[in-house]
Amino acid sequence: MKTVLKLFMEAPWSGRFGLLVIAIYIMLAVFAPVLTPFGESEIVADAFEPWGGAYLLGTDNLGRDMFTRLIYGGRNTIGIAFLTTMLAFLVGGVLGFVAAAMGGWIDQLLGRLVDVMMAIPTLIFALLILTITGTSIPVLIVVIALLDSTRVFRLARAVAMNIVVMDYVEAARLRGEGLWWIIWREVLPNAMPPLVAEFGLRFCFVFLFISALSFLGLGIQPPTADWGSMVRDNATLITYGDVTPLLPAGAIALLTVAVNFVVDFFLHKTSGLRDEH
Amino acid sequence: MPQLVKMVVQRLALGLLTLFVVSVIIFLGVELLPGDLTEAILGQSATPETVAAFRRELGLDLPPHTRYLEWLGNILQGDLGRSLANGREISELISWRLYNTLFLAAIAAVIAVPLALVLGVMAALHRNSLFDRVINITTLTSISFPEFFVAYILILFLSVNAGWFPSISNVGSEMPFWDRVFRCILPALTLTLVVVAHMMRMTRAAIINLLASPYIEMANLKGLTRTRIIVRHALPNALAPIINVIVINLAYLVVGVVVVEVVFVYPGMGQLLVDSVSKRDIPVVQSTSMFFAGAFVLLNLLADMLAIVTNPRLLHPK
Repeated sequence: MKTVLKLFMEAPWSGRFGLLVIAIYIMLAVFAPVLTPFGESEIVADAFEPWGGAYLLGTDNLGRDMFTRLIYGGRNTIGIAFLTTMLAFLVGGVLGFVAAAMGGWIDQLLGRLVDVMMAIPTLIFALLILTITGTSIPVLIVVIALLDSTRVFRLARAVAMNIVVMDYVEAARLRGEGLWWIIWREVLPNAMPPLVAEFGLRFCFVFLFISALSFLGLGIQPPTADWGSMVRDNATLITYGDVTPLLPAGAIALLTVAVNFVVDFFLHKTSGLRDEH
Repeated sequence: MPQLVKMVVQRLALGLLTLFVVSVIIFLGVELLPGDLTEAILGQSATPETVAAFRRELGLDLPPHTRYLEWLGNILQGDLGRSLANGREISELISWRLYNTLFLAAIAAVIAVPLALVLGVMAALHRNSLFDRVINITTLTSISFPEFFVAYILILFLSVNAGWFPSISNVGSEMPFWDRVFRCILPALTLTLVVVAHMMRMTRAAIINLLASPYIEMANLKGLTRTRIIVRHALPNALAPIINVIVINLAYLVVGVVVVEVVFVYPGMGQLLVDSVSKRDIPVVQSTSMFFAGAFVLLNLLADMLAIVTNPRLLHPK
């Protein structure tokens, strides 16, 4: 807690803003059931009730409370995006480190595989796979994580390449340490700053990607609330000058901007620390 | 020169190889995935006879390499097969939508590329000024926005409130050219806002990178104006990375149309792809994916080749 507070104090205004927004989003997601007046997919009134009264932000196209869905939507979308990014980092990071540490044909094989996967645009690749497998949340997480792990692999490999040639890695090898020791105890700690920054950026990408898929009706399926499909379901209101459908879209935008600000600040901080050495 | 030709040919061969591998993945890789398409389409209650007949009709009973070669042969002759959903010829479905999608991407490119170049040069010229900082923050923010958010904001302000442009871009095949352009303005503007940020930042970075070079200092000491230094001396040398980032963004444009087409109900390839995915119409999904992936691969190939060709060290070998 103390370190978070310290981090907050030394951040510039954009970094503070980002940290604050992220903290609020996490609180809302964690305490969603306490904060919401209705159930996630409970139909409480007629469709498209106006703002105010019992329904703070009105109701959606099926008569569900907009405010409730907005908070639950955040919880679902952020949770799924976070899991996906974690999985992508686990797969891409481990494979990238292994490729760098072992070199040779494993490195070549993984490298070419990733090249081919990256030659197909992610959205198109994901749509193609989802046509066959059908859409469900576990499938969505695995598919997007695997597609995204190619980017993580590239970065992890590039970063680790510079580390495995260091003397201390050489010393560890001569001591007779195994592959996992070298990856876990020598490479990982030194590769942390760029990977943490990349985690923020990849999270934004995955988050936008899942929202786009849901917006297209091919991501998170109803009745589960999520921001992308909420925009789609209520989009007709825009033509009457009602800004309600922009709320979930704006919520997405605000979070990605916040994460980008924090990543920016983090990169400055870590590169600044390196200058002092 | 021979070195240049050799590099171009090498890159071209690699590009064609990539296209081949991509086509194999799109047409055969789908079989490695869990989930049976026949069952998904016919339902679990289908009798074994119907399943067998359906597989025969799709040619799923043949070995994979035979099917791939047959499909490749057909595609090269312009025969893409039939849609599962409505039995129509896919080439018929696609041709008109392909034109629409390319039309939209072209309009977006015509607006975005000059805008990005001008803004990038201006930001480099007045770097660290208020103008530079405002542009920097705006572009950083616009990168973080989902495409549909940008699209709906534009609809709200320019279509619903101001009433300048239509919110739905339902172009018809008989429509006069300028009418069509008019209806494409909002989707094109959305795409522009999405890609300008990246191109503009790269332009600015490429120019600023060069400003420390001795020949720029020389120009400075000669007493040239800043505009002249940047436009006449720095810009030509920064062209290679700028062209590269422009072409990569064009590739992004072609793929980025998917969401934008859905928002504006624009009859293009993206709309067709999304519809077909939700209907699980696999032949159409494969054909449209192949188009998008092909365009993406080819434009990236073009970017690499232009980077090779515009490299002065390769153009004027010692």
